[in-house]
Amino acid sequence: MKVYFSLLRIRVINGLQYRAVAIGSILSRFAWGLMEILAFYALHRTNGTKFVMTFSETVSYIWMQQALFILFQVVYSDREIVTAINDGSIAYELVRPIKLYNSWFVQCMANRISPTLLNCMPVLIIAAFVVPKYRIHFPPFLNLMLFLISTILALAVVVALALLMHISMFYTTSPRGIRIIVTAMTTFFSGGIIPLPYFPEPVLKIVEILPFASMQSTPLLIYSGLVTNMEAVQGIGLQCIWLLILIATGMFLMNRTLSRVVVQGG
Amino acid sequence: MIEFQNITKMYRVVKRQAGFGNAVKALFSREYETIHALNNVSFQVADGEIVGYIGPNGAGKSTTIKIMCGILTPDSGNCIVNGRNPWRERTAYVREIGVVFGQRSKLWWDVPIIDSFELFRDMYKIETKVYKKNLEELSTLLDLGELLKTPARNLSLGQRMRCEIAASLLHDPKVLFLDEPTIGLDAVSKIAVRKFIKKINKEHGTTVIITTHDMQDIEALTERVLLIGRGKILLDGNIEELKRRTSTEKRIDIKFVGAPPAICAGMKCQEIKQNQMRISLDPHILSVPDAIAYFAAHTGLTDISVSDISTEEMVAALYKEYDI
Repeated sequence: MKVYFSLLRIRVINGLQYRAVAIGSILSRFAWGLMEILAFYALHRTNGTKFVMTFSETVSYIWMQQALFILFQVVYSDREIVTAINDGSIAYELVRPIKLYNSWFVQCMANRISPTLLNCMPVLIIAAFVVPKYRIHFPPFLNLMLFLISTILALAVVVALALLMHISMFYTTSPRGIRIIVTAMTTFFSGGIIPLPYFPEPVLKIVEILPFASMQSTPLLIYSGLVTNMEAVQGIGLQCIWLLILIATGMFLMNRTLSRVVVQGG
Repeated sequence: MIEFQNITKMYRVVKRQAGFGNAVKALFSREYETIHALNNVSFQVADGEIVGYIGPNGAGKSTTIKIMCGILTPDSGNCIVNGRNPWRERTAYVREIGVVFGQRSKLWWDVPIIDSFELFRDMYKIETKVYKKNLEELSTLLDLGELLKTPARNLSLGQRMRCEIAASLLHDPKVLFLDEPTIGLDAVSKIAVRKFIKKINKEHGTTVIITTHDMQDIEALTERVLLIGRGKILLDGNIEELKRRTSTEKRIDIKFVGAPPAICAGMKCQEIKQNQMRISLDPHILSVPDAIAYFAAHTGLTDISVSDISTEEMVAALYKEYDI
């Protein structure tokens, strides 16, 4: 276990040193969040009573989403894994006495945690001090705890799916195509573009139980206060189930793939 | 130490004709070609040996090393290194081997070397005492000192290679695999690396397998050489023996003033410049002293040197002989 913690540490430290990236993403998150809020404001002004989420819930949802944006990205650069597969430096990863699946899992987590550590505070601080109408609200302690648990699970589900995508890259010459497909699917169905409750009822019923909802929508809805505590616990349970399924599939495929891997040249 | 038994490994390669039409066609159906990277290869290596593994590009050298490291799974055959099967017991097995791929880096790119080393310490579960002792020994021998605090991206190739080699030895491996460890290094670094490998082999009894295209590596390090070509072991033996086997020819370089000498039986002129000449001599027909006497008598000789053909040329001759 210690080695995975060391791995996480070295990757997080590594990620913390890129200042320009941090500033760029803070600015873009803030601008994006504001834009989305204004769009929803326009919608709510036309008929505020007909929506499933109140405007204030939507605002909290959006700010928290922007603060944790990178944490919930299935398709994030994960540069070292992509290059390891593309240029064959995976050879070195295989001569280390640790399970590749586990070490990649940790790496992917670290890749998302370190930029989030840099981003989330500035975005949240701004979100807490803008004009009251557009301000983020802070939920009661219990909700906050449930939100934290659910966020960690969401990150794990995100990473487990990202790893499935990385494993598929062993079979393709270029990762580009699959990344585009996965980006579109996950952003849309996880509530990354519009919160899931805004989906039409019959669609929502299906989307809610898909793994994508576990990757972003569950913690954000808990935070925004839209769901009851009971519903929150159910959501967390569903997250656990998807996490187990995705990890088991990932480990199985990884073992199968590694026995056929071909490292060319050099 | 190493048992490599009847290993076969094939690759499937996509074939496509040039051009737009064929590229579109390949979207729907692909043709594959099977390449035998290794064809029923067997050999053994004893404990504490240094074995050089040579062969032209694409001969199967790297495939062999990667199978021995547990990276690739062969299609058939068995391999036991240090009492274990590399690909079936990968994680347990790699704890006891060290690997350096000259063309790749295992150090984390943007953190100081020492951070990478400490991560290896945790990864290989090296005891603190052993780690400290090894780190000290390796930093002295490889002159790491200040380098340890520098991120890998800021090191020169030679400096980085020294760190890579140190990293692969932190956990006292019993076998060390070196895949082109001196590629791209300058003369000083090359010599330092060779010296170090020799020393480690002598003092720790580490078995070393080295692949290289640099024949001076082979000459400086190894007693035993395996020649591989087209997926088969073609030769297995001592480097001096190989030299004798391939050629007994001597090379004579002369400098002279005046007219170039006439060539007599047993000599072949290989190159002639203004007042220099390179001759290959078959000592069975004309002995070396006789040849020198001949030049002294017939030419305005100013300088003469006699040498064996170089390992480089010997290997080229071997590749030619086996048509690989």
